[in-house]
Amino acid sequence: MERRRFMRVVGMAGLGAAALASEARRGLGQFSAAAGSESALSIPESAQVQPEALAGLIQAGGAAKPVIFQVGSKIFFGEGHIAGSVFAGPGSQAAGLQLLKSIVATTKKDAAIVLYCGCCPWTRCPNMGPAYKQLHDLGFTHVKALYLASNFGDDWVAKGYPVEHGK
Amino acid sequence: MASRTVRRAWAALLLGLLLAAGKPGAAMPPEDPLLNKPAPAFVRDDLSGRHVDLAAYRGKVVLLNFWASWCAPCQLEMPRFAAWQHQYGAAGLRVVGVSMDEEAAGTRRVCRKLGVDYPVVMGDAELGTLYGGVFGLPVTYLIGRDGQVRARFQGESDLKAMEARIRELLDGR
Repeated sequence: MERRRFMRVVGMAGLGAAALASEARRGLGQFSAAAGSESALSIPESAQVQPEALAGLIQAGGAAKPVIFQVGSKIFFGEGHIAGSVFAGPGSQAAGLQLLKSIVATTKKDAAIVLYCGCCPWTRCPNMGPAYKQLHDLGFTHVKALYLASNFGDDWVAKGYPVEHGK
Repeated sequence: MASRTVRRAWAALLLGLLLAAGKPGAAMPPEDPLLNKPAPAFVRDDLSGRHVDLAAYRGKVVLLNFWASWCAPCQLEMPRFAAWQHQYGAAGLRVVGVSMDEEAAGTRRVCRKLGVDYPVVMGDAELGTLYGGVFGLPVTYLIGRDGQVRARFQGESDLKAMEARIRELLDGR
């Protein structure tokens, strides 16, 4: 009897916590929708790549290494960026999307491409969604989005993955 | 039998907590190396052309907020910062914004829209690097009256916790 009560209490605590988290995530979603831009949440999970996996590809080098574009802030790019990546303009701005389009003009449609930003938490990033959609609409077939949950600093730099500084 | 039940119960609780933590922002950010060190000094002009010298705020509690016009969570916080400047200004709080926009036009537009009347300077890679690399927004530093960095808030912050920390610093704790 005691055991059953304990199970019930602990189970309810767990469910309560999960419900709170779900509510919080719903709140974030509402804000993103209100922001009126293509959210990073529009990028399917199958098109996402985790930082550890990308770092492994970079360190392995060779043919498996994708072309990497930073589609966020130019100032952040100047502070530090993924080794070998190219600044391609903020995806939330028309000028940024135009730059991205011109940069990929000579890239093969089946090239392995990784986009990243990390300016804000993933759920609030204004750049990734539009940039991903643009490449998809242009016919690129192997585009992945780097999933940075919090930001580039916490999820890439602080983990010791390859970084270059300067423009 | 009893221990298996207890194990299952803890597993249920852990599962709930893991779900609660969720994917975004679940991990605690690594501790900032600037904590309890002197805040890196800088001198810049704000959007109105007034000189902002961080060192001149010695004796005040400073809320130093890095933000950008394209950063949605930043804009949720800024009206609160403006309100705190008015509420706690007499007690010694000074709010300073650092815009990480490339152009001042977007910064001015957002400041007007949100009623930001505290000094805002334009940041760049150099200033970001001075603060250990500002790679994500928003990020807010609380600097004590002694000029030392006392707290760092990254991402979508708990504003109640931030306000509580400001009060502590104003009280000299």
